[in-house]
Amino acid sequence: MKEDARAGAVLLQRDPALRRARAADRAATVIFYGVSGFFVCLLAAFTAYVLAGGIRAWSPDMFSFSGDGVGSQLFNTVYLVFLSLLISVPLGISAGIYMSEYAPAGALTSMLRIAIETLSSLPSIVVGLFGYLVFIIMTGSQWNLFAGAMAVSILSLPLITTVTYDAFQALPQGYKNGSLALGATHWETIWHVMLPASVGPVMTGVILAAGRGFGEAAALLYTAGMSTDISWDVWDVTAPTSPFNPFRPGETLSLQVWASRTEAVSASASDTAAFASAVLMMMVLAFSIGARLLSRRLTRKTGGEHS
Amino acid sequence: MSPQSFRIFRKEYLGRSAVTLCGLFLILLTAAIGAFLFGKGMGTFTVYHHSIFEFLFSSQWSPADDQTGGGQVGAAIFIFGSVVTCAAALFIALPFSLCTAIFMTKISPRIGENFVRPAVEIFVGIPSVVYGWVGLVVLVPFLKETFHLVQGQSVLAAAVVLSVMIYPTITSVSADAVRSVDNRYIEGAYGLGATRWQVIYQVVLPAALPGILTAVILGLARAFGEALAVAMVIGKMRAFPTSILSPTNNLTAAIASDMGGAMDGGEYNTALWTMALLLFVISLGFILLIHSLSGRRERPL
Repeated sequence: MKEDARAGAVLLQRDPALRRARAADRAATVIFYGVSGFFVCLLAAFTAYVLAGGIRAWSPDMFSFSGDGVGSQLFNTVYLVFLSLLISVPLGISAGIYMSEYAPAGALTSMLRIAIETLSSLPSIVVGLFGYLVFIIMTGSQWNLFAGAMAVSILSLPLITTVTYDAFQALPQGYKNGSLALGATHWETIWHVMLPASVGPVMTGVILAAGRGFGEAAALLYTAGMSTDISWDVWDVTAPTSPFNPFRPGETLSLQVWASRTEAVSASASDTAAFASAVLMMMVLAFSIGARLLSRRLTRKTGGEHS
Repeated sequence: MSPQSFRIFRKEYLGRSAVTLCGLFLILLTAAIGAFLFGKGMGTFTVYHHSIFEFLFSSQWSPADDQTGGGQVGAAIFIFGSVVTCAAALFIALPFSLCTAIFMTKISPRIGENFVRPAVEIFVGIPSVVYGWVGLVVLVPFLKETFHLVQGQSVLAAAVVLSVMIYPTITSVSADAVRSVDNRYIEGAYGLGATRWQVIYQVVLPAALPGILTAVILGLARAFGEALAVAMVIGKMRAFPTSILSPTNNLTAAIASDMGGAMDGGEYNTALWTMALLLFVISLGFILLIHSLSGRRERPL
């Protein structure tokens, strides 16, 4: 071994090409470390800046439901995403099941695939325009949360469908065969065996979809609208000022940030935007980290390791 | 219906038809979106009799905001704005992304897997308005100070914001491509005495090229469709940019800011729909590109 190393050192001294290659290798390693470190630091600084901005802008009435607070917008965001999940989760999971279990291989499956890919690559402003046309103009209604929720569902459908499909495909063949051998029908197998077995990855996908929904803005510009007029004293769901009425206009946190770009006439607007950004960032981070933790836990659990 | 067949219906066909309907609905929805965009967007050419050539290559933009028509619908400035900001964003983001992708898979997988990859994947989901807002309050004033501009909103500001936005996408997809390079190629190269840099440069990168191109297209698609973050920092000036520091406008920002004020069915409104149709066609084009790339990869060597 020692002789080999010494021979290598001698060779290295004698051969300039080898020396150059080694120097280039070292330089490249340094550059790789530097560049990756720089960008990761930039992302960290970005997060820190947004969160620090939120803390700086903090005042006790920031969570209030007045014009300067983000209370109404926070509520609208959560409510809108909740409404959109009510639509996209059953639809997406069903479509994923159909694609994995029932769709005949051939033209129909490839059409479904193309549809999902097209949906997932649609710019969100285009989905927003479609929602504006179909849910607002064609129904002759005002901006409303429900239209916004439908637009967000269109954006999260492909994600939920794909995770369901992948989860079903990843199940061991034995689950399905065992159930069928016991005399269950295909649907009973899906409902009682396959769906419960794949609930983990599907949940992860749903959480991810919710996290993306929180940040959606362009699709809501012309569907959910940019105004909020609610009163927590009104508990009649059909009243236009009731918080829980889905057919009222509602500005979300992301649209509040967007509104601050030009309407920064009042000094408090930029504070509000800073705080809204920080809240938005924390929600999105919490959801995506939550999804990661859940999926890691599930892989460990189902991976057969001793817990 | 006999009780027997009703039981079978409940046990199998009810659920089966429900999920089948949902699957078909997805196809129908996509077709509907395409059809509506096409129906609305073609109005510029069929109802208001403008040529496609005028829309794509003329920079005369003064559509009439009613149904009489007779305005001009040249969207070349918006199209050029979209193309130039995306190209510049890609130019900035790609080297960084490739370095990070290689770093986390080949140079230091330990730091990469435990730290860089989760961080990058989490950043894919950060809302674009937050990027836009930080661009507006940090980057725009910085550019204004540094280059003594009248306004900081510019092509460069949009490109930087977009590049930070697409960096996580390109990085995580190309890291997958780099990771999936056949280990035998790499070991073979090391066996021949190559240094790590030589292996990366001459074996890993060429072998991962189709996957890296897919990552680039996904990043470009995201940048092209981004509306609000760009609209906040591009300056919304309807003129060709004279330099990378001058403001301009792009397709998505124009749609986002002008759609609300335009009368439904008017020439102005229709022209904006045509721009949305163009975005749709471009995103379809990106999908086709990715397919032709992955088709090439799957073919045996």
